[in-house]
Amino acid sequence: MKITLSWLKEHLETEASLNEITDKLTMLGLEVENVLERSKGLESFVVGHVLEADKHLDADKLQVCLVDNGVEKVEVVCGAPNARKGMKCVYAASGSYVPGMGIALKKAKIRGVLSNGMLLSEREMGLSDEHEGIVELSDDAVVGASAVDFMGLSDPVIEIAITPNRGDCLGVRGIARDLAAFGLGILKPLDTTPLEGTFNSPLKIHMDLDDEHVDACLQFVGRYIRGVKNVESPKWLKNRLLAVGLRPISALVDITNLMTIEHCRPLHVFDADKLHGAIHVRMAKQGEKIIGIDGREYDLDPEITVIADEKFVGSIAGVMGGIVSGCTEETVNVFVEAALFNPIRTSATGRKLNLQSDARFRFERGVDSQFLEPGMHIATGLILDVCGGEASEIISAGVAPDRSLSISFRPSRVKELAGVHVKEDEMKRILEVLGFGVFDIGKEWGVSVPTWRNDIVGEACLVEEIIRVFGYNKIPTTPMQRSEVIPHAAWNSDQRRRADVRRSLAASGLVEAVTVSFMADDQARLFGGPADVLKLVNPISADLDTMRPSILPNLITAAGRNAARGLADCSLFEIGPQFASDDVDGQEMVAAGIRSGRSGRRNWAESHRNVDVFDAKADALAALGAAGVPTDSLQTFSEAPDWYHPGRSGTLNLGKKTTLATFGEIHPGVLAKMDVKGPVAGFEVYLENLPKQKRHKGTTRSLVQLSQFHSVNRDLAFVVDEGVSAGDLMRAAKSADKALINDVSVFDLFQGGNLGEGRKSIALNITLQPTEKTLTDAEINTVCNKIVAVVEKTAGGVLRS
Amino acid sequence: MDNADNLRGDLICAIAAAESTNALEAVRVSALGKKGTITKLMKTLGSMDPDERKLEGQEINALKAEVCIAIDERKVALEGAELDARLMAEQVDISLPVRPRSKGCVHPISQVIEEMTVIFCEMGFTVAEGPDIEEDWYNFTALNIPPEHPARQEHDTFYLPGKKNGDRKVLRTHTSPVQIHTMQEKEPPIRIIVPGRTYRCDYDATHSPMFHQVEGLVIDENTHMGHLKGCLIEFCRAMFQVDDLPVRFRPSYFPFTEPSAEVDIGCTRADGEFRIGHGDDWLEILGCGMVNPKVLENCGIDSTKYQGFAFGMGVERIAMLKYGIPDLRTFFESDLRWLKHYGFSALDVPGMVGGVNR
Repeated sequence: MKITLSWLKEHLETEASLNEITDKLTMLGLEVENVLERSKGLESFVVGHVLEADKHLDADKLQVCLVDNGVEKVEVVCGAPNARKGMKCVYAASGSYVPGMGIALKKAKIRGVLSNGMLLSEREMGLSDEHEGIVELSDDAVVGASAVDFMGLSDPVIEIAITPNRGDCLGVRGIARDLAAFGLGILKPLDTTPLEGTFNSPLKIHMDLDDEHVDACLQFVGRYIRGVKNVESPKWLKNRLLAVGLRPISALVDITNLMTIEHCRPLHVFDADKLHGAIHVRMAKQGEKIIGIDGREYDLDPEITVIADEKFVGSIAGVMGGIVSGCTEETVNVFVEAALFNPIRTSATGRKLNLQSDARFRFERGVDSQFLEPGMHIATGLILDVCGGEASEIISAGVAPDRSLSISFRPSRVKELAGVHVKEDEMKRILEVLGFGVFDIGKEWGVSVPTWRNDIVGEACLVEEIIRVFGYNKIPTTPMQRSEVIPHAAWNSDQRRRADVRRSLAASGLVEAVTVSFMADDQARLFGGPADVLKLVNPISADLDTMRPSILPNLITAAGRNAARGLADCSLFEIGPQFASDDVDGQEMVAAGIRSGRSGRRNWAESHRNVDVFDAKADALAALGAAGVPTDSLQTFSEAPDWYHPGRSGTLNLGKKTTLATFGEIHPGVLAKMDVKGPVAGFEVYLENLPKQKRHKGTTRSLVQLSQFHSVNRDLAFVVDEGVSAGDLMRAAKSADKALINDVSVFDLFQGGNLGEGRKSIALNITLQPTEKTLTDAEINTVCNKIVAVVEKTAGGVLRS
Repeated sequence: MDNADNLRGDLICAIAAAESTNALEAVRVSALGKKGTITKLMKTLGSMDPDERKLEGQEINALKAEVCIAIDERKVALEGAELDARLMAEQVDISLPVRPRSKGCVHPISQVIEEMTVIFCEMGFTVAEGPDIEEDWYNFTALNIPPEHPARQEHDTFYLPGKKNGDRKVLRTHTSPVQIHTMQEKEPPIRIIVPGRTYRCDYDATHSPMFHQVEGLVIDENTHMGHLKGCLIEFCRAMFQVDDLPVRFRPSYFPFTEPSAEVDIGCTRADGEFRIGHGDDWLEILGCGMVNPKVLENCGIDSTKYQGFAFGMGVERIAMLKYGIPDLRTFFESDLRWLKHYGFSALDVPGMVGGVNR
């Protein structure tokens, strides 16, 4: 919402400076976004009068103008095509600074002719991009007077962000009223003296709304004005509209715009001679169309309210008028409409037609239901002043709703809710200046709500009004009351676990990324998605049109982008949601990560290798470990989802059913479709599948058992069938003596040689940890024999000789 | 006794002349080995009469002890020299770079959320969460934003198709629906913060279709706007590490709070450099207000008994201001260089013991 200072002062008697006003507006909740002092730096430019304009002897496109600047007559060389004898223009003297050019003018010879100053275009003044010619001022401009004053630019423009509840402040007067309540001046009385008509309107109004749509237009006020001249608007009116960003069109249109901006009272003016019979307020018929004043054609339907004559639709109610029955320069007789359209219907119509307008913006926020006739009188006065003519009596259909809302208000609530004491006199003053009625003063007041404040519905609203004007800055700052001296943990165990996993993965060399929750549909398909219910109805772009079924593709894509920048080795992880359906249960918290390219940077000390499934497995195990999962008791299965390499991937399970994590090299086919160069290894830890951590009843841990006896290591290599997994072999070995065997690891793998086809050798290092006495050689041998026997039995392994 | 004296002289010379531990060992064997010269001398004692044996024996033992000491001393010297020589031979170019260890880090969004959590935890808040995909009622209607409310249009909502015959679902446009879930599930007193992802259908230099918010909600019988100011002023000062940071509350509008306020912090742009703190300018950082009684009633909470406040702030915005990160969109681009530059060490855990920041 843009207003100008002088316009505001027409409604507010105040001595306050521009700065005071804008500061107070912001502190009232009418946030000032911008103050435009258009004349700043242009004050020295004056109205010039071109007395002579002769061709420059040495240049085709230049003229030498003799300009009267009010003080003297000077010669100015000018290249503008519109410079001509007799015109009034903006003259900048030598030495003045021209903002649009960024230079100070010097006297200079232009092709041999001394030029004293310059005639300016709008661009040179820094007002717009207009540079076709120099600014032309009308003949009534006084030579030598300030050009910006004459152009109406010395009036500062204040741009205010009006919150959706303050429909009443979409008019200059509403803003003035708030400032008056703040004590920054006095709201000037508004003259709404009825302007009596001299004849009966030849046009009648019919409300043709059925019961279902009766709320579409509660009241319609109209007036016929005959014999007008739709002239160009006077300068004051044009300047005012230009200042707030509206293009002057003609007096009749400009006056309706003025009423919208000044009084938040949208009007429509029909060319009465183009109407066919009486005015009807009705719902549109299916298939009806209208061409708006914007020149576009709109398809109407029975949920759209229209104003029509006996034959055609004349306007889309509350949104936009039609071009056919609109006013032109030739218009002589008009019919002026002031109506009360339904906010919800107006909004729905606007959205359906994708049509925004100043009128819609106000109707959908709610206008003053009692300002139809007063608004009509003010508008009539303006029309008669500017365009002449003769007004009919006002005719009206429907009735404004009786919105004498009264709220019971306990003044004590101000202190209770806002935490500040405000004197009751001050509360009353604030409410009354804002237009509220206060009666039945006691413990509980009766407060009537002004008809322009559609946002006020209850006691809390009144507290807000009082506190807002009283000043938020006067509310004493109060520390939060502590309910406990030492606060409890803010995180629950799942949240704590997530933080632990995050920091653990970061500590193990992965870089945390945060990627968006959506992705491209075709990529989602590669990762188990998407469900139809997860496709956005209104995506921001085609590559972000589906809720992600997995975090991996976003990370893989990121790896690809980094590779394109020359960072081929990429280690990323993300902890966030993935989606299987649009239900609450369909959202799952996952920690996922990838490593791409080579493992570590090439260096002199170590040989170099591609990332592989075991990098991913290590990361998954690290994450699970950080989450407090006993990783020793996990089982691995080679049944990872399709997006992994089928032979180099697996799952980490607790039991057969509960998969805690999947890991593996990403399927090269998937990478190819994503246009990312491999290898990439990734993992996904399903945090919600992890066994719940119980908040322990106590903090005591089981007693540590530290053996005082030496542990013993033995190496045993087994030859097994190719299909036997190392995990099975290790588990078999371990099961031989659970008490004594403390640890089993694989220290060598071998295939080929004289082992024969389909056979491999797995070498285990076994740690025996006695707890009661040092082991003798015989006892060690017994255990080893037992291991060999068990391995042979369960895995078909033969001790390699 | 000349024998012994001669032998002593020879052996001491030989020991001193030994150039290596091996040579020294040979000298030791030649003197003290089974067939060594001193061993031989010892053997001659057997054939002597007792007096002579006693005298000779003492002398030979003294000789033996002297030689042993000389050998040991020589051995230490030789070993030291050999070690020195070996170590010299083992010299490496210590300017070579070390074996690389990849360094990970934590994303600024995670870090900033944790920082906020630490501060609010101190004030007795716990963390609540809710789904990203919401029903319309939770995201809007329950928060006093009815279907035709102009505020709803400002939210640029992403929609999902929803079930047949059902309402379409939305991607939550703010974390506020978690207020509703919490109030439905829990009796007051309530004191929660809600960090999470939020979505709006908007993409330009200052908007990302996904961003993060931290919501706050306090409901009890007597929390008022003074407490709201107290809570948020303390938060802003702790978060931005400026003890006397100016904080300003000015009236605004949110359908779910009444009265509503926007909160600005002081800043300056003097000398072309942006700084948070005392200055001539204000910067909006969050919205807040007293919970609208209608919202309480929508959640089945008696608004004549309970009241409280709510607030919400953008995590990225605060991260940008606090850490001088210029562009919102870069948060989600996963550029390794950016992540490593603006990320935080795994060990940089915000807390009250070590501080919200390093």
